[in-house]
Amino acid sequence: MSSLTRIILQRLGLGFLTLFAVSLIIAFVVELLPGDITQAMLGQSATPETVAAFRKEIGLDRPAHIRYFEWLGGIFKGDLGQSLASKRDISEFVGTRLSNTLFLGGLAAAFAVPLALLLGLLAALYRNSIFDRIVNLTTLTSISFPEFFVAYILILFLSVKAGIFPGISNVSTNLAFGDQLFRTILPALTLTLVVLAHMLRMTRAAIINLLSSPYIEMARLKGTRPFRVIVYHALPNAWGPIVNVIALNLAYLVVGVVVVEVVFVYPGLGQLLVDSVAKRDLPVVQACAIIFAAVYILLNLLADIVSIVSNPRLLHPR
Amino acid sequence: MYSRQQKELDRLQTKVAKGSMSRREFLSRVSAMGLGAMAPGLYMQSAMAAPKQGGRFRQGVTGGATSDVLDPGQILDHYMLNVQFGQLRNNLTEVAPSGELVPELAESWEGSNGAKTWNFKVRQGVEFHNGKSLTSEDVVDSLNHHLGEDSKSAAKGQLGAVTSVKADGKYGVVVELSGGDADFPFILTDYHILICPSNGDGTVDWQSGTGTGGFSLVEHEPGVRTLTKANPNYWKPNRRFFDEVETLQIADSSARENALRTGELDAMNNVAPKTADLLKRQPGIVVDVTKGNKQITLPMLTNVAPFDNNDVRTAMKYIIDREQWLQVVARGYGELGNDNPIGPANVYRATTDELPQRGYDPDKAKYHLKKAGFDSLNVKFHAAETGFGGSIDAGQMMAETARPAGINVEVVREPDDGYWSNVWMKKPFSACYWSGRPTENMMFSTVYWGEAAWNDTYWKNAQFDDLLLQGRVETDSTKRRAIYVEMQQIVHNDGATVLPLFLQDIFATNDKVRHPEVIGGNWELDGCKAAERWWFA
Repeated sequence: MSSLTRIILQRLGLGFLTLFAVSLIIAFVVELLPGDITQAMLGQSATPETVAAFRKEIGLDRPAHIRYFEWLGGIFKGDLGQSLASKRDISEFVGTRLSNTLFLGGLAAAFAVPLALLLGLLAALYRNSIFDRIVNLTTLTSISFPEFFVAYILILFLSVKAGIFPGISNVSTNLAFGDQLFRTILPALTLTLVVLAHMLRMTRAAIINLLSSPYIEMARLKGTRPFRVIVYHALPNAWGPIVNVIALNLAYLVVGVVVVEVVFVYPGLGQLLVDSVAKRDLPVVQACAIIFAAVYILLNLLADIVSIVSNPRLLHPR
Repeated sequence: MYSRQQKELDRLQTKVAKGSMSRREFLSRVSAMGLGAMAPGLYMQSAMAAPKQGGRFRQGVTGGATSDVLDPGQILDHYMLNVQFGQLRNNLTEVAPSGELVPELAESWEGSNGAKTWNFKVRQGVEFHNGKSLTSEDVVDSLNHHLGEDSKSAAKGQLGAVTSVKADGKYGVVVELSGGDADFPFILTDYHILICPSNGDGTVDWQSGTGTGGFSLVEHEPGVRTLTKANPNYWKPNRRFFDEVETLQIADSSARENALRTGELDAMNNVAPKTADLLKRQPGIVVDVTKGNKQITLPMLTNVAPFDNNDVRTAMKYIIDREQWLQVVARGYGELGNDNPIGPANVYRATTDELPQRGYDPDKAKYHLKKAGFDSLNVKFHAAETGFGGSIDAGQMMAETARPAGINVEVVREPDDGYWSNVWMKKPFSACYWSGRPTENMMFSTVYWGEAAWNDTYWKNAQFDDLLLQGRVETDSTKRRAIYVEMQQIVHNDGATVLPLFLQDIFATNDKVRHPEVIGGNWELDGCKAAERWWFA
C-alpha cells in the first residue's frame, strides 16, 4: 500500500504545480483582454478622470507582476483576497456560490451516475436488442441537443404545461433543504440528460470489450447466469475506463454548467465566473479558476486511484 | 336592454381595472353605448380603485452583475437602478410620471444670480431606515460624493459645473455653479445622485444600503437577488403599497417570460420585441410599453475624414431606410428618429413642421456625396450587440440601401467586451445607444456640446454651443422653446449623429398587478419606481 501512498503524494504535488501554472496563465490572459475593470465597470461613462481615480483606488496603477505576487502571497496565507468590483471578501461570497454549484452537481450526479451504470450494464447484457437500441437512441438524442434546448423543453412540459416544478430555481441560503431540492430538480434533470449518454456508452463498451475474454467464456461455461457474469466477472475489470469517464463528467457538472445556470437563474459559480471575466475582476476570476482546476485535478486523482485499486497491475508499471 | 348594457359596462370596467384596456379605448366604447357624458367618471371609478396595501412584489429584471455595489455613483444598469433609485433611496427632486419636475427630499428650491446659485430647502421630518433624521449634512455629503478628484462616480460629468456645495443651517443647502443652468434641479433627478446618510466626516455610508426610500434592505446577493421590506415611516403620502419587494436578476429573456407565465414573477422588464406579441396572447399576462427617449445612434467622428465634411455626413443620413429599421430592429416597438436626440418624453421637441422627417433617399445622398467631391465612398461600420441590439443586422440592411447612392458600407463585427472603451468614440463610424435625458439641456450638454466628455462625434458648432448656454439661463418658456427648436434644427442638419430610431421599452406583468393610468417614461417599469407606485388588486 505504501507505493499507492507514494503515488498519491506525487500526484498531489504535481497538482499543486498545475494550480500554480493555472493561476499564472489566468493572470496573463486576463491582462491580455482588452480594457480593464475600471472601463468595464464604468462602461459608457468611463471618462479619463474617473478611470484614473478608480484605478488608483483599487491599486490597478501598479504593474501586473507585483499585483500577482501580492495575490500569491495572500493565497499562501489562505486569503483569497477581495473582489476589485465590490470590495467584498472573495471567500465569503464564493463559498455560497460553490456550495450551490456542488449541490446542483451532486444532485445531478446522484441521478446520472447510478442510472448510467445500470442502463449501461443492461445495455451490455441485452446488447443489440431493441432495449439496447432504444436506450442508445434516447440518450444520444438528449446529448446531441444543446443544453439550453433540453432545459427549455423540460421547462415547457414540466413547468409551464404540467405546473409540477417552478420555472426558475430561485434558491437562497435560508431555504429549507426540501425546498432547495425541489427547486433544483429541473436543472439537475437537464444536466442528467446531458451527461448520461457518455457514461452509459462507456460502461457498455468497456463491458462488451471484456465479454470476449477467455475468463468470461470460462465463467459462462461454468453455467453462471449472464447478469452475474457481467456484475461479478466483467465489471471489476472494467472499472478503470468507466471511472475515468465518470470523473470527467462529474468535473463537467461542476465547471461546465453556465448555460444551465443562466436558463434556470441558478446562482452558481459559473455565472460568477462569467460576470467576473466580463468585468475583468481578476481576483474573483483567479479564485473560480483555482477551484475549477482543483476539482478537475482531485477528480482525476480519485479516478486514477480507483483504477489502480481495482487493477493492482497498474501499481507496477513495466 | 338595460341589463345588456350594464353587462357590457361591467366587462369593460373589469378590463380597465386589470390594466388591459386604455383610457381612450374605454371612452370610445362607452360613448358608443350612448353613455358618453358619463364615460370619464366611469373610467376613474374602475381605474382608480383605491390602491391596496400588501403582498410581495416579485420582479425579474436585467442588468445585474455579481460585481454590483450599493454605491449610487456606480450604478451601471437597470438592476441596481431599480434597487437603489426605485426602492432604497430618494433624490432631492423627482420626475413625475407626467414628466414634470416635482420635489422629493428637497421641499423647494430657488435659483439666483443668473441660475448660478441654487438654494434648496431640505424636507423636515424625514428619517433614514436606521432612524437617523435627514439634515442638510447628509445632502451636502451625498452631493460631494460625486465631486472631487478622487471621485469615480458616473455622475461626475453631470455635476461638472458644481463648484461648491454648502450647508445653510440644518435644512438648507446652497450649490454654486460655474455657469448658469436653469435645469440644475432637473439634473438632481439623475439616478446616481441619491441621498445617503452622512458618516459625519464628509463621506457617506452607502455600504449599508440605508436610505430614505420606501423599502429597506433585507437581503442583497449582488447579481442574483435582492429582498427589501416596506419602510413603515415612509414620508411620501399615497405611495409604497407592497409589503415586500423581491428583485431577481434574470438575464435570459425566455427564463424571464417562463417565470412570469408560471407565476414565479409578478413583473418583468425587457420583453424581447420578437416575443412580445406571443406573450400578449397568454392568459393572465399584460404586456405594455414605456414611451421614453431611449434612442439608437450611429455616431460619425468629425475629426477624421471623410466625416469632417458635412455633405458626407448628410449623405449618410439619407442612406438608411428608417421604416425598415423600425420593423426589423425594433419589431415596430418604437418610432422614427430624425437625427435629433430630443424625443417623445421631452417638452420642447420640434414638430414635424419645424423639422420635417428625414427619409430614405439615395438620390439626395448621391447629390451630397458629389457635392463633397466623391463619386463613391467606402465606409466601415463598427458594430456589436453591446452598441445596440440588432446592430449587426441593421448594418447589413444599411449596406444594401446605401449601394444605390454609391456608398459601400462594410460591417465590422466588434467584440462586446471593451466595446465602450475601444470602439465607441474611437472608430470613425460605430453603433451606440442612449437612454435619453428628461430635458433638452441635459441631453445636449451630455452628448452634443462641444465641451462634453461624452461628445461621441467630437462635433463642434459655435452657434449651437452659444444657444446651449443661452438656453440654460433663459427662464421664459416661449423663448426657451425657440432656442431648443433652433438647436434641434442645427443638430439635424449639421450634426454628426445618425439617429434612426427611438425605442420603446416593453414590460409585462401578471393581471394581479395594478398601476396608475399614467406611468413614467423616463425609465423602464414606471420610471423604475414600480416598487413604490404599483400595487396588487
